[in-house]
Amino acid sequence: MSTLVYTESSLDPAYAVYDHVLPAGEGWIHEIKLGQTFRILDLEGNQAVDTLFYNAHDLTDRYSAQDTIREQGGIYLTTGTKLMSSEGHVLLTITADTCGRHDTIGGACAAESNQVRYAIEKRPMHSCRDTFLKTIAHSGHGVTKCDITHNINFFMNVPVTPAGGLSFEDGVSAGGAYVEMRAEMDVLCLISNCPQLNNPCNAYNPTPVRLLIWD
Amino acid sequence: MPHDLIETLLFEDRIPGGGMGSWKLRRHHTLRITALEDGANVGLMAYNADAPLDRLNLPDTLKAQYTAKLTRGHVLMSDMGHALLSITADSVGWHDPLGGHGHTALVRKKYGEASYQQHRNDWYRNAHDNFLIELGKHGLGKRDLVANANFFSRLDVDEAGLMSFHAGNSKAGDTVDLRAEMNVLVVLNTCQHPLDPNPAYAPKPIKLAVLKTPPPGADDHCRNLRAENQRSFILTERLFAGL
Repeated sequence: MSTLVYTESSLDPAYAVYDHVLPAGEGWIHEIKLGQTFRILDLEGNQAVDTLFYNAHDLTDRYSAQDTIREQGGIYLTTGTKLMSSEGHVLLTITADTCGRHDTIGGACAAESNQVRYAIEKRPMHSCRDTFLKTIAHSGHGVTKCDITHNINFFMNVPVTPAGGLSFEDGVSAGGAYVEMRAEMDVLCLISNCPQLNNPCNAYNPTPVRLLIWD
Repeated sequence: MPHDLIETLLFEDRIPGGGMGSWKLRRHHTLRITALEDGANVGLMAYNADAPLDRLNLPDTLKAQYTAKLTRGHVLMSDMGHALLSITADSVGWHDPLGGHGHTALVRKKYGEASYQQHRNDWYRNAHDNFLIELGKHGLGKRDLVANANFFSRLDVDEAGLMSFHAGNSKAGDTVDLRAEMNVLVVLNTCQHPLDPNPAYAPKPIKLAVLKTPPPGADDHCRNLRAENQRSFILTERLFAGL
């Protein structure tokens, strides 16, 4: 693995305008205004936080994993990464990162993808895309299944090998690690705090995360 | 050879560089794409033609098969765990699932302006608009865009995660066969790969053939490449149970 770079933030949680602990397996949808800073804190370590962003004023203009990695020329997200939309706009910029690497190739777990990946009998297990669907159904923002696209997995480590293989490695995140990003427009953020119990994306132990916003 | 093991050509078509198209493939028919020049690129998305909310999901496809490239044996899977298209033959060996597609701004930045008003049918097209035009013909739009595959192109990823375009990945005459495992809407375009370093607007033409092909047997290579593929086939067969 290449050397990871860590960038800390000077923002003080005491001055955050929003501060919320999201338990494992729960969903969250919230607007982050232009210029605000959003922090996701991995409280206990190795937790995957499946995240999507939308232009708050136009849901068709939404986070695009392929545009994001192509425009920066690399597959890992970290400080300096511009999170790009499907229409070529910058949604947010990552401004601090004490984990060092985040995935956007692996996607979110689903009841159906769990059946494919692990066993047909896994369908009843809790999954991120079920959490997304429940969260948007109650939110009133007009987000529907077709808007559940290819997400970011904050704190998750999915290396690509030079031979074109894909692997799922133990997380590189420790308890207390965080990633912070500045909204470059008004954005809607949709999170599933991953409940996956079939692979090491969260060390088989889903844990809570803390979400903070500063003006 | 028994009659049902014979492949039958149903039709052929030629798509110019910078072109596009969309077709509904019947279950177990095969789309054969042939590059007519070196360095072709085919951006492709796919949907369950009977229920388009069930659609290509490349992250699910890649993680199920532990791959960051596409070649023979791989199955393009939907977000509902279904097998859409199996890659049953491939003379290239590596197709790109990471690079996505270019927009108006990218084409203008790389190649400059060439409007229809001035250049008629030699105007510069972009993959994003081509996808939206074809999606629109099926009642689909921006919210239905998914991460696309780029057939015939390759990106290398180094240990630090940096991506680079692999020149010379495909040549004239290369072919890839995509067998539909359900009724599939295929949407494709032949714009250049967004990371193609060629400074000239020079998208390459392709030939398409749709063939009636035998259904996959119990010993099918794509079905048996991995246990994950077998389960995806089982879930797909359940779609057709009782029909």
